[in-house]
Amino acid sequence: MLEFTAPLFLALQQTTGLNFSPFFDEYDLGRLMTGVQTSLLLILCVLAVSLVVGLLGAAAQRSRFWVLRFLVATYIAVFRNTPPVVQLLFFYFGLGAFTPQVDMGGWYEPMISSFGWAVIALGIFGGSYNVEIFRAGIEAVPKATSEATEALAFSPMQTFVHVTMPLALRFSLPALASNLISLAKTTSIAYVIAVPEMTYALSGVWNDRLNVGEMMTLLFVYYIAVVAIISVIMGQLEKRLSVPGLGK
Amino acid sequence: MTTEYTEAWAPDQPIIDIRGLHKSFGTFEVLKGIDLSVHQGEVICIIGPSGSGKSTLIRTINGLTPINKGQIFIEGQLITGPKFDRLALRRRVGMVFQQYNLFPHRTVLDNVMMAPRLVLKEPKAEVRDRARALLAKVRLADKENHYPGELSGGQQQRVAIARSLCMRPDMMLFDEVTAALDPETVKEVLTTIKDLASEGMTCVLVTHEMGFAREIADRVVFTDGGRIVESGPPAQIFGDPQDARTKQFLSQVL
Repeated sequence: MLEFTAPLFLALQQTTGLNFSPFFDEYDLGRLMTGVQTSLLLILCVLAVSLVVGLLGAAAQRSRFWVLRFLVATYIAVFRNTPPVVQLLFFYFGLGAFTPQVDMGGWYEPMISSFGWAVIALGIFGGSYNVEIFRAGIEAVPKATSEATEALAFSPMQTFVHVTMPLALRFSLPALASNLISLAKTTSIAYVIAVPEMTYALSGVWNDRLNVGEMMTLLFVYYIAVVAIISVIMGQLEKRLSVPGLGK
Repeated sequence: MTTEYTEAWAPDQPIIDIRGLHKSFGTFEVLKGIDLSVHQGEVICIIGPSGSGKSTLIRTINGLTPINKGQIFIEGQLITGPKFDRLALRRRVGMVFQQYNLFPHRTVLDNVMMAPRLVLKEPKAEVRDRARALLAKVRLADKENHYPGELSGGQQQRVAIARSLCMRPDMMLFDEVTAALDPETVKEVLTTIKDLASEGMTCVLVTHEMGFAREIADRVVFTDGGRIVESGPPAQIFGDPQDARTKQFLSQVL
């Protein structure tokens, strides 16, 4: 790749002083690629965890057991009312201190890596919003619809799986899309616990090269591209699930 | 009052037998002792002013609304006891609502097929044939791939009737099924119900369509204040009401 980009970006630097070093320097390119890979993997894992947590939380909110409902309510209150950076630091430094170390054959590493903690902390953070989003979707399904299933002898489970959930999912999608986008952007704060994602990788570059403005621009473009991809996917999903005469 | 049917139910006995039914919502007593029996093939129209407990009464028949006191027997089985299997009951009692309550994310054909497929676990091809026949019967054969949101209120209500019939119920309950419809689509729904009644389906209707009640009912039941005030053949109720409250009500709506 460098053979194609290097002449162009070297010329750019010579004529304008703009230093996009990852496009002509092999070492910086390596850092950028690690950043992209880690960031994409982090986003994927965090979104997946947040969705699972959201679904489980929404189901638990409808539980007959008040203890379970109370736990979910507490969880939402705690994680929506504290900044994600604080949560991340709390998980990494607070809980991380108590997790066992694993013998890697001569040296020791914590059982949960900084990447692992970022997935857990941000997944749970995003999940607290998803619980509420799914709950709103479920509550938007008219009570009368489940009355009809009751009259048709559906079991409560059949009603949930075949009627309530498919409708709730459709009602939730727009809010879910904006939360997932917001969450994808929030992954950049994994930088504070040294997860080598995009922000961390490029900060390494600008610390060495002092090309802060250029790397910031690159970071901007990267996140815009990621958000665009998520938007398109969610938009396609909404389109595929759309039903004539429903919710319009 | 506390007798339970122990012998097998025979078709000459009441298919629906309600005895001393009481129902309260909080401190408000909606039904204050209802006795009503319906025989197989009968068409019963329940009329009366708003708040007289008509809808509550019809909803107790398939267990949608739990009762406080009294007994309800369906085909000889006590359905108001604690051990009764409500799902088994609802397979035999079809119900159609004022607001149709179709599943908006499924096509018309799916709406009709879902309950027999999921609840009765019947084979797909068989259910599909039956569903198509029922859609043809309610004159919506050409709409099977449409979604409920694309249909008019009257069409949706006819799909709801077909959906209920696809479970092959022994009796049908209609709770003000034309109340939410445009006047021009009321007729198509009433025609469907009339066809059903003429085929011998046991029907209990809560309705404000007095002309329709007069035309198809075997018996009209007038309720007011949580009690059955008067019941009898339509000619008698509409032509020669005995109770002052019946007379007053009919003078206002006719």
